[in-house]
Amino acid sequence: MKQFLEGATSIAKTVALCRPGVIAAYPITPQTHIPEELSSLIANGELKAEIVNVESEHSAASCILGASATGVRVYSSTSSQGLLLMAEVIFNIAGLRLPVVMCCVNRAVSAPINIWNDQQDIMSVRDSGAILFFAENIQEACDLHIQAFKLAEDPEVMLPVIVNIDGFVLSHGYEAVELPSQELVDKFLPPYNPIYKLDPENPLTFGALVGPEWYMETRYAIHHTMLNEVKSKIPKIAEEFTKMFGRKSYGFYEEYYLEDADTVYVTFGSLSGPIKDTIDRLREKNEKVGLLRIITYRPFPAEIGRILSKFNRVIVLEKDISLGHTGGLYSDIVTSVYNYAQNSGISKLPKISGYICGLGGRDVSLEEIEQLYTEKEIFSSKFIGINEKNLGSYI
Amino acid sequence: MIDEKILFTPGHTACAGCGQSLAARLVIDAAGPNTIVVNNTGCLEVFSTGYPYTSWRVPFIHSLFENAAAVASGIEKALKYLGKTDVNVIAQAGDGGFADIGFQAFSGLWERGHNVLSICYDNEAYMNTGIQRSGTSPVGANTGTSPVGRNSYGNITWKKNLIDIALAHRCSYIATATICYPVDLQNKVKKAIKIKGAKFIYIFAPCPLGWGYDPSLSIKIAELAVETGLFPLIEYENGVLTKVKKLKELKPIEEFLKLQKRFQHLFQEENKHLLQIWEDFIKVNVEKYQILEKSN
Repeated sequence: MKQFLEGATSIAKTVALCRPGVIAAYPITPQTHIPEELSSLIANGELKAEIVNVESEHSAASCILGASATGVRVYSSTSSQGLLLMAEVIFNIAGLRLPVVMCCVNRAVSAPINIWNDQQDIMSVRDSGAILFFAENIQEACDLHIQAFKLAEDPEVMLPVIVNIDGFVLSHGYEAVELPSQELVDKFLPPYNPIYKLDPENPLTFGALVGPEWYMETRYAIHHTMLNEVKSKIPKIAEEFTKMFGRKSYGFYEEYYLEDADTVYVTFGSLSGPIKDTIDRLREKNEKVGLLRIITYRPFPAEIGRILSKFNRVIVLEKDISLGHTGGLYSDIVTSVYNYAQNSGISKLPKISGYICGLGGRDVSLEEIEQLYTEKEIFSSKFIGINEKNLGSYI
Repeated sequence: MIDEKILFTPGHTACAGCGQSLAARLVIDAAGPNTIVVNNTGCLEVFSTGYPYTSWRVPFIHSLFENAAAVASGIEKALKYLGKTDVNVIAQAGDGGFADIGFQAFSGLWERGHNVLSICYDNEAYMNTGIQRSGTSPVGANTGTSPVGRNSYGNITWKKNLIDIALAHRCSYIATATICYPVDLQNKVKKAIKIKGAKFIYIFAPCPLGWGYDPSLSIKIAELAVETGLFPLIEYENGVLTKVKKLKELKPIEEFLKLQKRFQHLFQEENKHLLQIWEDFIKVNVEKYQILEKSN
């Protein structure tokens, strides 16, 4: 049965169905409704879990790190500065191979302070060893959470997973959402029972000091897991989810009208919605255009280079920028296509343009998205929607 | 052969005469095997867990420099969730990890009243990085970042008062201890783990390398810290001062200072006024804790 629910509420109710034992979070807009709803579920006896109202996001991540190492399923959520404060802990969680699941409700990074949506925050932990999912809508955000626990806790994976949802657009937006039954979630997600944990019956040392003779292998091991176990398990888990819950889950990416396309948009997150609308409008005019929507950003889907190399044009649209270079997704797309070309020997490459939009909550109109389709010039990091008058004396 | 009962085994790489390694062993042997230890980054974690070796025969976790208290909070809640409330949790750190960079997390742990024993090993500077001043370095201490020079007499500030800070957090049990009274130290650990809530033991841990003295003098220096009134041995239960180690008389603070290279410049004529700051601090201790036995 579908319910008309707020995004944050839907996510919290879904997380409760996953039966976490310890939750820790710190208030930050626009993430706060998630721990509020989880607190209510605990207060009303609907969820048996310990929630810790920590004194910072650094401690939120550290708290669930400790609980996870003790052998309990854990959860947290944050946004923006909160994620940046957690950054050091997230790298540590990945290094300790702890299956922490988190939601990042994506928000702009200060200064200037701005509570609205973009995807700059998550780029700060892009290289941490965390698996990164991006949801298009509230339903997918819920579905990815259930899959995140299964993937993170797989004994062959044991890495943190961060589910990204666009701040306000998905956290505060309302949607008709299908929440699964407890029975079905229990069937999909067995209780967490790690091989290694902090247990006086079998004392182990976690977080030892290693020198140059050991360190590199620990990093290689995470990379290897990402490129092998995680790569093979993401599609399997998505398929199992689709079968069990009767709702399509895509795994690494979604292909939208790619079969006969000449030009392909690439993005992640909720921006996919208006891009799909734009494609529908263009398709009505018989324009051969499609969308490749990235759902798993780390590990980066290996097939992207092969898929994109056959098109004439690729338009990458994203809400983040590596200042002084390009958007994060753009550089990954270019790398993937170029690598594929080198290995396969193809000589004709697509023209790949990169656009930066929606920073700090700036609206992105359908007209702006459609206009990119007709643009002739190739850009690597062109800002969309810059108001020249606002620039004033900045440049 | 290693005694099966020893929970912190020899063979680690601490300096000879290390006060912290002795204190850490006394603590864990008193707490017993049913204990999980959480350690901030610092000397103790470095010298006891060089992979692939470990000195710890209890579950041990080190995460970061400043998060032991938060990690311990999560462990305590996980144990509660699992119904294993009989397991002791210790969150421990050196003075830098405890009183400076990691203090916010300890404040959070204490305020929330987690059933965790917090332990600070105070050696009065950042020793693991090679002797730099911390928030618990005393006045005049000569360190890498408070060097003595033409325009400097060393560290210019007095130590943070961790006992008063813990009292303000309403910790259920607060005590001080040091390595020259091992039975007292272990009794305090045994008492603390039986009390529910946030407990704090503040341990004075001399450091031969950082303080500049012969490794054979660690116990002597700890003893002098107590006997000069510099480091009173006290206990608070639910905010009430319940026990103080009484002294017949105070030894002169110079006896403590003169053994350590970090304080040698305090005896130069132009720095003699600094000794008054030490005297004043001891005077406060004497009155606050009534250290001296009442003469008839």
